[in-house]
Amino acid sequence: MAQMTMIQAITDAMRVELKDDENVLVFGEDVGKNGGVFRATEGLQDEFGKERVFDTPLAESAIGGLSIGLALEGYRPVPEIQFFGFVYEVMDSINGQMARMRYRSGGTKSQPITIRSPFGGGVNTPEMHADSLEGLIAQQPGIKVVIPSTPYDAKGLLIASIRDNDPVVFLEHMKLYRSFRGEVPEEAYTVELGKADVKREGKDVTLIAYGAMVHTCLKAAEELEKDGIDAEIIDLMTVSPLDIDTIIESVKKTNRVVVVQEAQRQAGVASTVISEIQERAILHLEAPVLRVTAPDTVFAFSEAEKIWLPDHNDVIEKVNQVMNF
Amino acid sequence: MKHVLESVESQFEVFQILNEDGKIVNKDDMPDLSDEDLKELMRRMVYTRVLDQRSIALNRQGRLGFYAPTAGQEASQLGSHFALEKDDFILPGYRDVPQLIWHGLPLYQAFLFSRGHFHGNQMPEGVNALSPQIIIGAQYVQAAGVALGMKLRGKKAVAVTYTGDGGTSQGDFYEGMNFAGAYGAPAIFFVQNNYFAISVPVEQQTAAKTLAQKAVAAGIEGIQVDGMDVLAMYAATKHARERAINGDGPMLIEALTYRYGPHTMAGDDPTRYRTEDLDNEWEKKDPIVRFRTFLEGKKLWSEEEENKVIEQAKDDIKEAIKEADKYPKQKVTDLMENMYEELPHNLQEQWEEYKEKESK
Repeated sequence: MAQMTMIQAITDAMRVELKDDENVLVFGEDVGKNGGVFRATEGLQDEFGKERVFDTPLAESAIGGLSIGLALEGYRPVPEIQFFGFVYEVMDSINGQMARMRYRSGGTKSQPITIRSPFGGGVNTPEMHADSLEGLIAQQPGIKVVIPSTPYDAKGLLIASIRDNDPVVFLEHMKLYRSFRGEVPEEAYTVELGKADVKREGKDVTLIAYGAMVHTCLKAAEELEKDGIDAEIIDLMTVSPLDIDTIIESVKKTNRVVVVQEAQRQAGVASTVISEIQERAILHLEAPVLRVTAPDTVFAFSEAEKIWLPDHNDVIEKVNQVMNF
Repeated sequence: MKHVLESVESQFEVFQILNEDGKIVNKDDMPDLSDEDLKELMRRMVYTRVLDQRSIALNRQGRLGFYAPTAGQEASQLGSHFALEKDDFILPGYRDVPQLIWHGLPLYQAFLFSRGHFHGNQMPEGVNALSPQIIIGAQYVQAAGVALGMKLRGKKAVAVTYTGDGGTSQGDFYEGMNFAGAYGAPAIFFVQNNYFAISVPVEQQTAAKTLAQKAVAAGIEGIQVDGMDVLAMYAATKHARERAINGDGPMLIEALTYRYGPHTMAGDDPTRYRTEDLDNEWEKKDPIVRFRTFLEGKKLWSEEEENKVIEQAKDDIKEAIKEADKYPKQKVTDLMENMYEELPHNLQEQWEEYKEKESK
C-alpha cells in the first residue's frame, strides 16, 4: 500500500490501464509533454510514447469526435476536458453521439470512452472552471457519471470506468486533488460502477452526498455526534445510475434523510435521489427529505465562494430540521 | 498592404473531365477505368435515380418515413464512392444513403432506417460505416477520429465523410478538418454543394467564393469538382485516397451539384426559394444524361441496357419493401437491451415492467 493523493491515484489508474491494454489512449489539451494542467498525466507520455498519450488542438468538440472515431476503430479512449465548465463545447459529442451509439447502431457498435474532467469549487478558480454540471450528463440515457471522493475510490473507479464498454464521464473534484492522502494499493483493482459506499455508519439520519460534499458531511457528522446524533453517510460515487438498494436500505434504518450536493438546487442529482426515496420508502420516513445545495444563481465569483458553497454548518442545520420535524 | 483574397480564390478552379455534352475535356486526368467499370458506374447511377423516384413515391404512400431526395447528386455520391475500397469507413450525412447501399447496406435496411427501426442501423459485419448522421457537422469530427485510428493501426484505408454547403458553416466542420490535418490522418472530407441548405442559398452561408478554399484554414489540400461529372468525382476521390493512404493527410473535396427534389419529404417546397429557370439550368447538367452520351459514343450503353437496370431496381425495391414490412416490430425491451452492455439497475427494473406489458 502506498499513501497517495487523489491526483496520484488517478495518474496511477491511467498508468495501470495503459500498461494493461494497448488500446487505451490518453489525450486532451496539454496532457502530453506537459503532463496535464494538474499533473494528472505526469510522466505518462514519457513512459508510453506519443502514440498512446498525446496533445490535441484546442477544441473540445473535436476531442469528443476524435474519441468517438477512435472507439469505432477499436481503441479505448480516455480523453480529458480541461475543466468541466467547457463541456458545453462538446455536449453533442457526449450526449448527442457517444451516449447513443450502442442504441442507434442496434447494439452493433460500442463506445468504451472515459471522459476525465476536473470541476468543483473552493479553490478560487476563474469563471466556468468550478461549475457542477454532472446533472446535465446524468439526464442522458446511455452514459454513466462517476464522481470519486477519496484516492482509493478514484483509482478503483477510474480503472472500472476505463474497462467499461460504455461511455463514462469521470468527474474529479479539484479541491480533493491534493487535500489529503489515502492508502491506495499498488496493483490494479476495481471499484464497481453504480455502487454507493457507506463512508460512515450511523442510525439516526442518512446523509447522501458525492464529491467534496462527502467530506463536508463527515465534518458535520463529527459535530453532530457531540449532540448525540449518529449520522450515516452514503457516498454515491456513481451519480448515474444511482445505487437504489444502498440508499433505500439506509433510509429504512434511519428513517430520516438529507441529500447534500455542491450544485445549485435546480441542478445536480439530489432531486432524483429524493424522488426515488419517496417512491420506494415513504412509509419509512419520519420527516421530509431535505436538501443541502448551493443557491440557484450562476456559480459564485471566486471571492464569494465561501458564502455561496454549501458547508458543514448548512448540513448540520438541515439535519436538525429533519431530527426535530 | 497586400490583399490576398483574389489570389487564394484563383487557386480553386473547377475540376472537370466530362462536359455537359458528354465530351472528354481533360484527357490528362481521365481515370483508368475498364469498360466494365464505366458500365457499372452508369448502372449504379441509373439504379439510384430509380431508387430516388420510388422512395419519393413510397414516402407519399406512407410506406417510407424520413427521406432526403438524392436525384441530381448521383455523380457526386456514386462517383466518389466508386473510388473507395471495402476497408474504407464511411460517415454519411442524412442524404448519403446511396453510398451506404453501394458499400453493402441491404436495401431493406435502408428502408427500415427511413421508417425509424433500429435494424436499419445494424450495419452487417464487414460494412464499414455509420448510419446517416442527423447532426450536421458531427460526422466531420468523428471522421477525424476514425482516420487517426486507421493511421495508428497502420491500415491502408481512409475515413470518408460527407456534408452539404450549409454544413460548412458549422464549428465541427472546421474542427474535423483541422484535427485531421494536425494529425496527418487519412480522411476525405466531401462537401456536396447543391447551393441550398433547405431554403438558404450558399451566398448566405459565407462570403467565400468557393467552399473548397475552406481547406486552407486547416492547412490541407482542397479541390472544387464538377459534381455532375462522375468521372471527375471518381478521379478526385481516387487521388485523395492515394494521398491519404500514402501518409499525405486529408483532403477536402467540394462537389458542385444540385438536388432536383425538395430538401426532405417532410413538407419542404422548393418553389418557395428556387426559380424554374435555375432548375432547368441544372437539369441540362444532369450527370446521367451526359454520362449516357459519353458511353453511347463508346458503344458501351444502350436503351435496352438502361431499361434492364430500371426493371432490376424496381424489382429489388419491391422485394426490399416487402422484407422491411415483414421485419419484426420493435419492442420497448429491444430498445432497452441496446442501451448498455449490461443493464443498469434503473433499466433492469423498467425492462421487467415492459416485459410484463409485452406478454399481455
